[in-house]
Amino acid sequence: MIPPQITRLSIVFAIIIGVFLVLRLILTPVSFGEKGHYRALALIDNMDHEMHYMGNESCQNCHELETEMHASDLHSDLPCEGCHGPAYLHNSKPDSFHLVKPEGRQFCAKCHEQNAARPGDLINQKIIAEHNPEYQCIECHNPHKPWE
Amino acid sequence: MENHFEHLYEVLSKVDGYIYPNEIELHWSILIVLYPYITGLVAGAFILASLERVFNVKVLKPTYHLSLIAALAFLLTATLPLIFHLTQPQRFFEIMITPNPTSAMAIFGFVYMWYLMVVLLLEIWFDYRKDFVLWARESKGIKKWIYTILTLGVTDISPKALKWDEKIGYFVTVIGIPSAFLLHGYVGFIFGSIKANPWWSSVMMPVIFLFSAMVSGIALVLFLYMIVSFIRKIPSDMKCLDTIGQYLFYILILDFTLEALDQIHRFYEAEESFATLQMLMSGKLYITLFIIQILIGTVIPLIALGLFQFYKPAEKIRRITYFIISIVVLVGIFFMRWNVVIGGQLFSKSFYGFTNFKLILAGQEGLFVSLMLLALPFAIFAFLLWLLPPWKKHDIIEVSDD
Amino acid sequence: MGVKKTKTDRREFLEKLAIIAGGVIAVSIVKPFGSILFAAVKRPETGPWYGMGINISKCIGCGNCVKACKSENDIPNEPFFFRTWVEQYTIKNDETVVVESPNGGMDGFSQSVPDEEIFRSFFVPKLCNQCAHSPCVQVCPVGATFESPEGVVLVDSKYCLGCRYCIQACPYGTRFINPVTNVVDKCTLCYHRIMNGQSTACALVCPTGARIFGDINDEEGELHAFLKENITHVLKAHLNTGSKVYYKDLSPNVH
Ligand code: HEC
Ligand code: HEC
Ligand code: HEC
Ligand code: HEC
Repeated sequence: MIPPQITRLSIVFAIIIGVFLVLRLILTPVSFGEKGHYRALALIDNMDHEMHYMGNESCQNCHELETEMHASDLHSDLPCEGCHGPAYLHNSKPDSFHLVKPEGRQFCAKCHEQNAARPGDLINQKIIAEHNPEYQCIECHNPHKPWE
Repeated sequence: MENHFEHLYEVLSKVDGYIYPNEIELHWSILIVLYPYITGLVAGAFILASLERVFNVKVLKPTYHLSLIAALAFLLTATLPLIFHLTQPQRFFEIMITPNPTSAMAIFGFVYMWYLMVVLLLEIWFDYRKDFVLWARESKGIKKWIYTILTLGVTDISPKALKWDEKIGYFVTVIGIPSAFLLHGYVGFIFGSIKANPWWSSVMMPVIFLFSAMVSGIALVLFLYMIVSFIRKIPSDMKCLDTIGQYLFYILILDFTLEALDQIHRFYEAEESFATLQMLMSGKLYITLFIIQILIGTVIPLIALGLFQFYKPAEKIRRITYFIISIVVLVGIFFMRWNVVIGGQLFSKSFYGFTNFKLILAGQEGLFVSLMLLALPFAIFAFLLWLLPPWKKHDIIEVSDD
Repeated sequence: MGVKKTKTDRREFLEKLAIIAGGVIAVSIVKPFGSILFAAVKRPETGPWYGMGINISKCIGCGNCVKACKSENDIPNEPFFFRTWVEQYTIKNDETVVVESPNGGMDGFSQSVPDEEIFRSFFVPKLCNQCAHSPCVQVCPVGATFESPEGVVLVDSKYCLGCRYCIQACPYGTRFINPVTNVVDKCTLCYHRIMNGQSTACALVCPTGARIFGDINDEEGELHAFLKENITHVLKAHLNTGSKVYYKDLSPNVH
């Protein structure tokens, strides 16, 4: 014979477990577990983000001059957007969204300052403080064509 | 957000050496110190109660119900620090709905539910069932209602039914002991299984957590028993105090040995992280580890308790000493958790530097919230004592007439 | 009789067992060795399996990648949130190591050690290692971080609790709480770009090609060639995370 308190407890537990199972059914998000232990829709969420960097080819049509200069000299490996920033807004609405025109000696120094960690065979370095300190770099070097 | 950045800039100015840029913020703060601390108190208090019941240790009788109720009070708050520290607390239920089977943390919900529903509540329910029925008859007003609901509508208190209560209660206690081990060993595993962190990653971690949990739980019961006796203006039972003191002594020795073993092992192996961990211990953790945890929280209580095993001074002195020891041990174990949780995040995983921890006062993870969460279980404990006073239990089995 | 029969039975049984066991051993030696070359677990045989190669001797420490990563993924500019960053290592003649990464290297570097004290110096770009046996995915309690079918470890920002267990579990320090979304954030290998056939933002803006993004499964691809032609290492290999970011010329001082 099962004592009454056991029967009663069993009912209580059955109810709790039942409620839990129902909640679980309701609360489990859509697409969970379709591809693994995660929301498969999260893959789409992660893809759903606008690309900000458009690549050098995207500038060609509108900035022929710079593209040409750029391609002809030692800065040709440098992507336009590495210096000018992400162009996604500029490309579609160039008149309202301007890209940065980097200024100052410090900008070039990021890459050209003498530093023992910087491989010398890849990039020529100057002690910036000593290399024509009274001028801006772009007064002598064209940023798109440094040896112009 | 501005405040947050300001706080981070301040920490940034105090970084030593090199740390990964994302490591400046300490992600597990004081709330995660509280979480293992509170679960440890639960497991420890419960294990002490179970000892009394399973091994029939009569001298501990006065603390049996206190331990159970303390365990319940702390268990009810154990999840709060976890939930409060989430950046998205409203999503906490996901851990029950879609638990990741490979995650140690996901299992927490289930271990917790098992422990709360199947062990602690059941044990207390079977233990108090008869009293619920009788109290429901005796009391008036709201209390009557509460007790009636708590009986779950079962009013049978015939000797036969009570015999069943006793039997099942015993059975629950027996499965409760491994469950308590599981609950806290498991909390240790949360840290011990993080291979990325050499301060945590250790197979000893669950065992150390378990024994320190027992130490803190026993100290808590000692503390609460003396406080409750004081408030009720009855003398605490000296034999009981001595026995608890003795248990505390043995477990403290074990706990200290295990922790020492872990450190010795670390010293001897001296892996790549060793130099950094050594700097951590002798630098940022010096006060909390050597002074508070080891000296004040372990060595001094060990000496005092050890002395009492051979030489017993007057009762009054022993009483005061036990009281002080219980507090000191509770503080010591809190800082043991602190040293694990905070210490494990102070050094960079690049092993080239240290970040700094600055306790914030206000805010979701601040000191005030933590103090509140630490005070809450005491309030619940007081409430439960009011609702389920062990000293008003009907000890003699009544032969009811129906 | 009966006894004898059981004996032969048993011998036959043991023989069979030995054959099966031998087969298992042979298979277990051959199989994983074939597949763990590039990651700790077997990679899918079809479809892409993305990773990145990093040529340390080509990195000039310009910080373009760090900046591009932040703009591409709208990460706040404060110096505490980086999906990728660059470290400058300087080993001095007295064999001490100085590591620096001011603002994650976003604004470039300057050398703090005078040239005559330097033994060797180099830059190391860091990012999520897109582990194939990822500790962060293992510990996430709710499945809010996971490995995509292409081998990219992603975060489900609508489902993340912010418990930060994954941050603790990541040996490389690549995860952080994004103060805008208030959930965990990390490098997605520009999932939105690569799934549209583009390269990652960091690889795109690199002036020297120090970062090679690619598909390990693509035998004609750039990354495959990089792995074939160079001796590469992964960070913290002893943790067996199955890292898919391969470094050429990695120095043992780099953690
Ligand atoms: C649709 C045509 C178009 C495309 C594509 C385009 N641009 Fe432009 N860009 C313009 C026009 C038009 C201007 C002049 C806007 C003005 O002066 O108001 C301009 C101006 C600029 C300027 C100077 C901004 C200034 O403040 O003076 C820069 C730098 C620039 N573009 C860079 C780029 C780069 C880099 C790309 C490729 C990623 C690019 N552009 C793509 C049309 C384009
Ligand atoms: C080394 C960094 C660098 C790179 C790479 C670079 N630019 Fe520039 N660009 C500059 C700087 C610096 C200026 C500002 C020149 C000035 O103020 O006279 C500039 C100016 C411009 C302008 C505005 C010219 C004007 O007269 O106002 C355009 C358009 C432009 N760049 C397009 C491009 C395009 C297209 C590319 C890629 C093919 C490119 N840039 C690559 C550094 C760069
Ligand atoms: C993103 C890094 C970067 C920036 C910014 C940059 N450069 Fe360069 N620059 C390079 C690299 C890389 C080369 C070498 C290319 C090669 O040798 O193939 C180079 C080459 C040069 C050269 C030719 C040196 C030689 O080897 O003969 C000059 C001059 C130069 N840059 C000037 C500038 C000036 C002026 C600026 C600022 C407007 C600037 N650079 C900004 C990366 C940069
Ligand atoms: C007054 C004009 C002038 C200015 C301003 C100037 N340069 Fe030059 N730069 C030169 C000349 C001339 C040379 C070639 C002779 C030499 O190597 O010094 C040169 C050479 C270089 C080289 C190649 C060095 C080599 O060893 O081949 C680099 C790189 C360079 N400059 C970068 C810069 C940077 C960066 C700035 C700005 C901080 C700058 N320059 C400003 C005139 C200038």
